[in-house]
Amino acid sequence: MGEKVLITGNEAIGEAAVRAGCRFFFGYPITPQNKIPEYLSYRLPQVGGCFVQAESEIAAIYMVFGAAGAGARVLTSSSSPGISLKQEGISYISAAELPCVIVNVMRGGPGLGGILPSQSDYFQATKGGGHGDYHMLALAPSTVQEAANLVMDAFDLADKYCNPVIILADGYIGQMMEPVEFKEKPPIELPTKDWAVTGAKNRPRNLIKSLYLDPEELEQHNLKLHRKYVEMAKNEVRVEAYLTDDAEILIAAYGTVARIAKTAIKILREKGIKVGMVRPITVFPFPYETFAEISEKVDDILVVEMSLGQMIEDVKLGVCGRAKVHFYGRVGGMVPTYDEIVREIEKIKRSQV
Amino acid sequence: MMKVVFERPKSMFPVPTHYCPGCGHGIVHRLLAEVIDEFGIRERVIGVAPVGCSVFLYNYINCDMYEAAHGRAPAIATGCKRVYPDLMLFTYQGDGDLASIGTAEIIHAANRGENITVLFLNNAIYGMTGGQMAPTTILGQRTTTCPLGRSPKREGYPIRIAEMLATLEGATYIARVAVHNPRAIIAAKKALKKAFEVQINGLGFSLVEFLSPCPTGWGISPAEATKWVEENMIPTFPVGEFKVPKSEKLVK
Repeated sequence: MGEKVLITGNEAIGEAAVRAGCRFFFGYPITPQNKIPEYLSYRLPQVGGCFVQAESEIAAIYMVFGAAGAGARVLTSSSSPGISLKQEGISYISAAELPCVIVNVMRGGPGLGGILPSQSDYFQATKGGGHGDYHMLALAPSTVQEAANLVMDAFDLADKYCNPVIILADGYIGQMMEPVEFKEKPPIELPTKDWAVTGAKNRPRNLIKSLYLDPEELEQHNLKLHRKYVEMAKNEVRVEAYLTDDAEILIAAYGTVARIAKTAIKILREKGIKVGMVRPITVFPFPYETFAEISEKVDDILVVEMSLGQMIEDVKLGVCGRAKVHFYGRVGGMVPTYDEIVREIEKIKRSQV
Repeated sequence: MMKVVFERPKSMFPVPTHYCPGCGHGIVHRLLAEVIDEFGIRERVIGVAPVGCSVFLYNYINCDMYEAAHGRAPAIATGCKRVYPDLMLFTYQGDGDLASIGTAEIIHAANRGENITVLFLNNAIYGMTGGQMAPTTILGQRTTTCPLGRSPKREGYPIRIAEMLATLEGATYIARVAVHNPRAIIAAKKALKKAFEVQINGLGFSLVEFLSPCPTGWGISPAEATKWVEENMIPTFPVGEFKVPKSEKLVK
């Protein structure tokens, strides 16, 4: 322990999954996440696990369904177009309340889009994505180290809530190399998987399903799922408040954009403009309360995203009209630079006087 | 003292089924339960039910089970089997499920040689949704979505799954049987038993295609439907074994 290794985010995600006890991976190649399946294709057999390259993302997510239903810790990863293909299965997994971890190394869209980093799958990850009333717990790392930490936490969270957890990364997090330390986590108490299908020996049989033809029964099932999301919102919100105490203008950003914003904040503070940042780490559940509180103290919030404005809708819900919410975004694989962020903040500053 | 000469298989719940009179599903369910009982594997068998009329398979067979999305049962079975290679996995799929929306999943599960057993019920129609054209609808057959009868020019040809999968090296045992008369049913059970034995011996992928009557979907009486299987389905879908294990060390 304590040893740091220099690896890409994709490899860190793979190794973190192994350290978290994940022994099964099912996936399909797509750029820019290929290092995850490549890494696990040799790493998993070393620890007695199993890697299968599926015939499609659709098949991969249902292999996850099968393995998760058998009670195993299981991972799949993909990138935006592939995550779209998995949405059907994610809906079924959510309905059947199966724990699993899904990694989206986001690239530009829509359609085939491009292969460079993007944050344009925020809505898909946080608002449901597939059909029906459900949510994944969504974690957004902004460094390779954090990606590793969050993947390890994700397996516990999935087991705790019997719910899929998505790691919402982007092409930078996936492909960038940084020093990473895999920290041993003390095991936490998790519910037993007495619902798993393992053979009906000395117990009534188990059934994993999502069909409820009786509307009253389906409504009860929907309400049960909803209670889990309410519990997540109560217990699992993670957010970084960066230099917010004395901030007169606030930036809201997550993932790769947040680390670029930190450089912008440094430059702005050297220029005498006190800027802070709120960085959601969980994007579902979203830190609405943090934004509610902070909007009492600042007049202007600049949301910066690699999209044309997705997280901004959640920021506005948190702010609820108490502050002006501005937006700056780059898309298509273009990334906002710190200079651009500095310029946007200076614009806001000028409008204040 | 009276001797019991006929009883319900132990793996079957003592409930009536929801199937229409003359439907083949009940027969295939029973064969499945009999085979599970005869191998004594109920406590280590896992089923995957499809979308379609037989989605409620789990209401009738008493073993651990998944309910799959349409066409995805072989992928789910793969995921479970990879976690527990010693469990016995079967999928139960209709023709819309397996031969249309789930073609990728069935072909690749067979090609990987997944050690699972597939029960494929072919009744040449979408039963649950009300009698639409299936990939296995035979030429000339009228359905609600080919009301003039299936024409190769408009709708293409019925797909022969057993023959197609038998071309794959990964597949170990592939057979087509029918369940329209007692003689056919006896042969069907024998094939299903072989399929499970392939899996029990770890020999790889096995599939049995059952030609099965759907009087409601076909718009004819149950008696006419059994005749229709004989006269119309079997000529299109010949019964027989299309692939057997190289070392035929199976039960008779």
